[in-house]
Order: sequence, then C-alpha cells, then structure tokens
Amino acid sequence: MAEYSRFLEGSQQAFAKPRGPAEWLHLDLPLLLPVIMLMAVGLTVLFSASGEDWDTVIRQARNFAVGWLVLLITAQVRIDTIRRWSGVLYALALSLLFLVLLFGVGAKGAQRWLSLGFMRFQPSEIMKIAMPLLVAAWVVRYSLPPRVGVTAVALLIIAVPSIVIALQPDLGTAILVAASGAVVVFMAGISWWQISAGVIAAIAAIWPAWLFLLRDYQKQRILTLFDPEADRLGAGWNIIQSKTAIGSGGWSGKGWLQGTQSQLDFLPESQTDFVIAVLAEEWGFRGVILLLALYSAVVARGFWISLTAQTSYGRLLASAITLTFCVYVIVNMGMVAGLLPVVGVPLPFISFGGTAIVTLMLGFGILTAISTEKRMIAQ
Amino acid sequence: MVGPLESIRDTRREWKINRARLIAALVFVTALLVVLIYRYYALQISQHEAFVTQSDRNRIRVEVIPPTRGQIVDRKGRVLAANQPTYVVGIVAERTDDLPTLLKALQERLSLTENEIEAYKERADRRQAFESVPIKVGVDDAALATVAVDLYQLPGVVVEAQLTRHYPHAQLLSHVLGYVGRISAKDFEELDGERYRATLHTGKVGLEKRYEPVLHGVPGFQHVETNAHGRLLRVLDKEAPQAGKELRLYLDLDLQRVAAEALGAQRGAVVALDPINGGVLAMVSNPSYNPNLFVEGISYEDFAALRGSLDTPLLNRAVQGQYPPGSTIKPLLALGALERDFITKETTVRDPGWYRIPGDDRRYRDWTLRVRGGGHAEAVDLRMAIAESCDTYYYDLAHRMGIDVLAEALAPFGLGKKTSIDTTGEQPGILPNTEWKRKALGEAWFPGETLSAGIGQGYMLATPLQLAQATMVLANKGKSFVPSLVHRIDDLIVGGARREEVIEQEADWESVIEGMVDVVHSPRGTAAQIAKGMTYQMAGKTGTSQVISIAQDAIYEEDKISERNRHHGLFIAFAPRENPRIVVAVIAENGGGSSAASPIARQVIDAWLMDVDRG
Repeated sequence: MAEYSRFLEGSQQAFAKPRGPAEWLHLDLPLLLPVIMLMAVGLTVLFSASGEDWDTVIRQARNFAVGWLVLLITAQVRIDTIRRWSGVLYALALSLLFLVLLFGVGAKGAQRWLSLGFMRFQPSEIMKIAMPLLVAAWVVRYSLPPRVGVTAVALLIIAVPSIVIALQPDLGTAILVAASGAVVVFMAGISWWQISAGVIAAIAAIWPAWLFLLRDYQKQRILTLFDPEADRLGAGWNIIQSKTAIGSGGWSGKGWLQGTQSQLDFLPESQTDFVIAVLAEEWGFRGVILLLALYSAVVARGFWISLTAQTSYGRLLASAITLTFCVYVIVNMGMVAGLLPVVGVPLPFISFGGTAIVTLMLGFGILTAISTEKRMIAQ
Repeated sequence: MVGPLESIRDTRREWKINRARLIAALVFVTALLVVLIYRYYALQISQHEAFVTQSDRNRIRVEVIPPTRGQIVDRKGRVLAANQPTYVVGIVAERTDDLPTLLKALQERLSLTENEIEAYKERADRRQAFESVPIKVGVDDAALATVAVDLYQLPGVVVEAQLTRHYPHAQLLSHVLGYVGRISAKDFEELDGERYRATLHTGKVGLEKRYEPVLHGVPGFQHVETNAHGRLLRVLDKEAPQAGKELRLYLDLDLQRVAAEALGAQRGAVVALDPINGGVLAMVSNPSYNPNLFVEGISYEDFAALRGSLDTPLLNRAVQGQYPPGSTIKPLLALGALERDFITKETTVRDPGWYRIPGDDRRYRDWTLRVRGGGHAEAVDLRMAIAESCDTYYYDLAHRMGIDVLAEALAPFGLGKKTSIDTTGEQPGILPNTEWKRKALGEAWFPGETLSAGIGQGYMLATPLQLAQATMVLANKGKSFVPSLVHRIDDLIVGGARREEVIEQEADWESVIEGMVDVVHSPRGTAAQIAKGMTYQMAGKTGTSQVISIAQDAIYEEDKISERNRHHGLFIAFAPRENPRIVVAVIAENGGGSSAASPIARQVIDAWLMDVDRG
C-alpha cells in the first residue's frame, strides 16, 4: 500500500523540495512545540521536587537531549522500513524479556532490569514501542477490518510479552504494553461485538486474577485505593500525602519551591511517579489545567497526524502512539489523585527517568516521521 | 510483503474505519479527561480547605517545653535541691526502621536496665508522631561518647541536654526534701497529662511531692515546622515556659548539719522548731539514704537493700516514727492537771519507790527502784516530780484523773493527731482512752493501763515532731503554730499558721517550766549532766521508753536483738527560758536512756542560739 502511494503521479516533485529546516529534518512543529513546553515545565517542576538540586535537573536535561537525538534519527526513517523491521524489534525485545526472567537484576522483589555492565535498562520499555509496531504491521498485511483469525494472532502477539512482563512481576507495565497493542486492534476496526466480548472477558478475569495471579502487595495497592485511611502510615501513606499535596494547592498553588508537602519530604516519589502532586501543590489547579492543555495539544496533533496519514499502517501507528500517550497521562494523574491503583507509570516529560523519555521520544520520532512523510507525498 | 490481497484492498473503506475509530477514541479520551479534571477540581477547589488543614497538621507540630523545676533553698538561700544539666538519650521511633534492634544496640552501649526499657515503652505509647522519647537520662560521659560516635549508625537516636534534679547535700536532707523520680504510669493518673507532656520527673515523697504543683511550673509551647523525618526546620511561634516556684525553708543548713553530726551513727531523730512561727529549723532522721539514687530510677538491688534494712533508712522517723513518749509527757500532763485542779503547785505525794492502786496488791515501780531504792522523797511536789521525773507522783495523778480526762488534758498539745506539717507520710501517733481501746482492740480499759499512760508508756505513741510541737506549746505558754518546713513560695509566705486550740493560764505555765528548768539546771535534774558550761537557761524533759516488741526478721541476729531491746532515750527542750528561740525533740532509738538524747539537744540548741546571737 505504502509502496503503491509513492508511485502516484506528481509525487516526485514534492519529494525533492523540503521547505525550511524543520521539514528538511522531518520534524512536525505543531507536535513538537508543546513537547518542548512540556519539557520546560518538567525541568521547572523537577528543580522544585528535587529540593533545588541542579544535578537532578541537569541529568534530566541530558535525558531530554538523548531523547531528542533518538527522535531526530527516528524521524528520518521511512515508515515502511519501520514496518518491515518491526518483527525483528519485537523478537529482540521478547528475547530480552526472557533474559530478564532468567538473569535480571532485582529491585524491590521484582526483576525488571537487564544489566549490560555499563548500563541497566528495562526490556519492557522496548516492548512498549515494539508492540504497536508489530501488531500494526501484522494487521495491515490483510485488509481492514481484520478477520477473526488475524485478530486472534494479533492477540497472541499482545499476550505473550504482557504475560512475561506480568511475571517479573510488573503488572503496571504489562497492562500498558498490552494496552499499546490493544489500541492498534481497536483502531484496525474489529467489530464492536468483539470488543464487547473482550471487555466482558477482561472483567470476568478479574476474579481469578485476584485469587491466583495478583501478589499481596498488588492487592494491597488496589485495596488502598478504596480506603487509604485503613493503613495511614503504611500502604495508605503515599496516596494520603499526594492527595493532601494536590488538595492543599488550591486554585493558585503555594508557589514554586513553596510546597510544604514536597519540600518537607511528606510526599514520596516526588521526582518520579508522584511529580504531578508537586506541580498541583505549587502551581495549583491553574497549573494542572495548563499541563492538561499542553498534553491535549500534543494529543490533538497526534490524532490529526493519524487522521491524515496516507497509509493504514501510518494511521494505526500514529493513533496507537497517541492513545498510549493518553493512557500514560490519565493513569498517572488518576493514580496520584487516588482514582486508580498505584502502578509504576511515569508522567510523560515531567517525571524524572531516562528510559521512559527515550521510549517516549522514539514514539514521537515515529509520529513526526509519519506526519512529514505524508506531507511530502501530499505535495 | 504485498500479497495478492493488496489488489482488492479498499483504501477508502479502511480510512473510514480508522476515522470512525479515531472519533470513538477521541470521545473516550475526552470523557476520561473530564473525569480527571473533575477529580482535580474536587481535590483542589471543593476540598481545598480540608487538605490545607491536613497539610498544616503534617508539617506543624506543637512541642511542649518543660518548665524548670523550682529550687528548694534553706532560710539563708543556700540551695538544697538544684537542677543540673544532664544528657538525655531519646528515640524518635519514626526515624528508625527496626526499633527492637536499635533498643538492643542502645542497651549495650548505655547498659540499660529492663526497667528503663519498660519505662520507655510506657512513655512511647503516649507520644506524638515524631516526638523524641527519652530512654536514658543522666548519661555519663563515657557512655555518651560511645553513642555520639555511632550516632550516624543509630538512626532515630537523639541526644539532648536537660535539667535534672540534684541534691547536693545528699543524705543530709533526704527526709526533709524527699526526692523526685521518673514519672510512672501510676503518677500519670494523678498528674495533668497536658502539663506533664515534656516533664520527666515528679515529686515522689517529701517536700518534692507535697509541693509538686508549685515546684513544677507551667510548660511552654512552640509551634514548629518539621519535615517528614521529624527534623525541626523552624520555630513558628513560641510561648516560654514559666519556671516552677522556689521554696524557701525555715530550715538552716548549718543547724541541720550540727543535728546530724550530733546524732552521728545513732539511730533516731532530731526535730528543731522555731517557737515563734512553728518553722522547722532542723529535721534529721537517721539512718538516711542518698535521694540522688532515686532521680533516674534506683536499681533493684539498691532499693531492696534500703527497703530490707533492719535500720529502715527510708522511714522518716521525725514524722513517721511512732514511739512511746515516756516521761516527756510529764510536763504536759502536769499542765493539764493544774488546769483541771487535780493538783496545785504545792500538792505533794509520798514516794516509797513504788505506787499501789488502793485495793490492789500490785506495785507499780518508780524508775529509781532500778538504781537506788527508797524513792525520790517523802514529799514530792510538782517541781521535783518534773525535775527528777517521779513516776510515783504521776501514777497517783493518772489514777486520780482517769484515762479519759488524762487524754483530754494531753490532746491540746497535739498528741494523737497529725500536726499537718507540709510533707508526706506523717503518722498521727496514739493518744489512748477507753473509747480508743474499745474501737481499736475491742477491749475494756484496765485501771493499770491508766498508770502506764501517766508516764507515757503503754498504748501511747508519738512522733518526734509531735513531741517538738507539744514542747513548742510549753515554750510559748499555750501559743501554737502548725509546724511548717516551707517559709515562702517565692515571695508568698505560707508558713507560720497559728493554731486555735490553746491553753492560756499564766501561772500554771511557770510552775511547769520551773520543773523543766530544774531538769537541766538542778543538780538532781535528770539531765543535769548537760548543764555544764551552759550560758543560757534551758527547759527540758527527759524520757525513757521501753521497747515492747522486736521486729520478727531480727531473730537470728543475736547481738543486734539485745541492742534493739534497749530503751529508747528521749529528750525535749526549749531555750532560752525567756523568749524561747528554739524547741527541740530528740529520740535516740535503743539509746539505753535519755542520756543518749539530751546531749544531742544541747549541741543543737547551742549552735542555734549562737547563730541567733550573731544575728
């Protein structure tokens, strides 16, 4: 399909003449400008959350720099190349996941890391990006909407790494990885009754999962969601403190660097998963709205790119990346505000962390590649 | 890659499918976004106030600042109970992950006793979050060093300096001052928990307990901002504590020392009162103990030794020791008899050395029978009866008065009831009569028992303080004050309360006092030996009381039993005769006789009158 579009009449001309450096670098400015603003917000909040520690801010800026480099490189890759290599990437990620199970480095009772001697990384992060790439590549092999057999294989592609990750155990990431594949299947247009069946099956699976699959600490997190006061100083502590931080921020916040919950260490994980509480406390509801506006801008542009992509693969990929991004934001902000159980999901561009940013920027690199490729063809 | 299906691919249909799904996803995402915004709105706008309160409660803590305990000083301002800085090792439980291990580590370094650990746990139950709870107070330098060096390995351990009670004169004043000790769970039931939040010690006995409310002071408060680890960041506001008030005693440290030295190793007690106001000038009970041992909790062994001792060092003999007063009641009884016209100054009694109740064969012996026989004289008058302590005279008098009148005559001197002195543990003694015996023993009164009561024996018991008080009434010719240790609380005078129940008849007093002066100054007086070189006139009365029973646990200590069977020696006195300045009561337990007591009284009176003369 993609090959076919390339040979349309008049496409050669546009291909030869990129306008301006952004286009020349295959960068989609409407997508990337809010990203830059989000990063600026992120560094500002992080400076406060780290207790005015420049070192942390500089390390995060370095993470951003690496992210941009990854994005720049990814943006130059043709979408079709990505599609063709998606199987290899998936296979690589999956084998690394198995390696983690066998040789992984543990932290807090879970094996998530693979050590390469000079660095440690989470193969599950690679799978987050590899998953939609392969699922999309698989479903577009056939015409859309996919037939039952095609869907079944797609579900298998989703299920295997998700289960492996869940065994680490890292239920949060497993759900996110599964979601990043599932959105592709959804976008591909499987019928609503199939979706309903899937949702019902998922709900039906809750009971046995609770009995056999979930570990005690995972159950605890879910129970804590419903009644954080039950264990004020234990499991409930995080969520009580984060809600207190958010709530005490009010409309205009306590002011940058002035949040007592975060500055006085009452707020746990304030630089990583719970960083939104710092922003909410110091910047208030205004700040939360501003942040959500920036995210919305990114998402809106992502949807636009998906809508205007020329190939089905591009469309599926763009919407999968955008929706996964939505899931991150909503799950993170929801869990910190006590709406969802606490799972390890960072807030995009704001939470401190290297791997997450690289994965994120890889996704945005693909998005911008889809966007610019389409435009060049269109012209 | 491009399969045969490609040719029949409907790109337009696929685009439509994707667009429809995209719209569905957009609706879904927007719905979630609305939920999210609503949630943040609820937390930040609707419930804002509640969370502000919670956030403040997180960071702001009320800290109680313990007040400094009031000092106790003697009449000249010399410090008797002081506060000295000591190091306190405490634990902030929130800062340690493993409390049992930490306790074990501290136990080794500070050689903590089980008691101290128990006390810590009790106190820890009542603490606030992030409050430091003391586990060891009064840490010595060596132990402190071992903790300080490893402080970084002992998260949650804090070392603070605090003022603790110290008794610089140790044994000398333990029975006067009492002591403070660590607040126990039982103490907390009596004390105002809010006021004692940060206080470690409370008065346990003596003045320290009696005056606890004024000595303690009022705690201060400060609102402090702390971080999640309990570290104090800044003080937001502060209300300073009010120190406890100072107790100024009537007691004179020098006189106390003289009395203690005069008593020496002799078991017994000395009480010296100022007849002008009833103030206690000296109060010694021997043996004594070191009150400093109790401040931080006495060890079990030390306490067992004190409590098990046959010499009962914990007993404040001056107010808790109850002894048969013996002949020391004779002047009191004389006054009561004069008042009630049982005798006059001239009344005489024939003393053959014994007395016999008419119609009864039994002879009641005068004390002279043991030494010489023949009695005091053919005609013993009141003056001689007091000076030579004639038992026969008093047997006759008692017999004629009867026990109930006798008791009535002695009651105004304060026998048989507490003096209400401002300390703890005072005993009332016994002033027996027929009603008392019926109630206490369920028996009828026998006439012979009246004779015993007439010479201060039998059921009659009095504390040294009661004897001193009775002597004060004699010295003041009827005027009496409530004996008091404390003169002033800061500037408020609390001592010197006048008693109403008094006897006032000028002539009668002189007849009795004449006899008492003869006790010391007549060559035949029973305390004539102490008159040598005396530059003033002293009025006194000797007493010897029989030891009736011996403590049961003394059975195997043969040599001590015989010693403990010896009579108690007593002596009461005041001086000078005109405008008396001091009243003294002395008891020498198992001293053999009054000669063990009277020289002690002389030394105390000498010292005091010399001091008064100096101004």
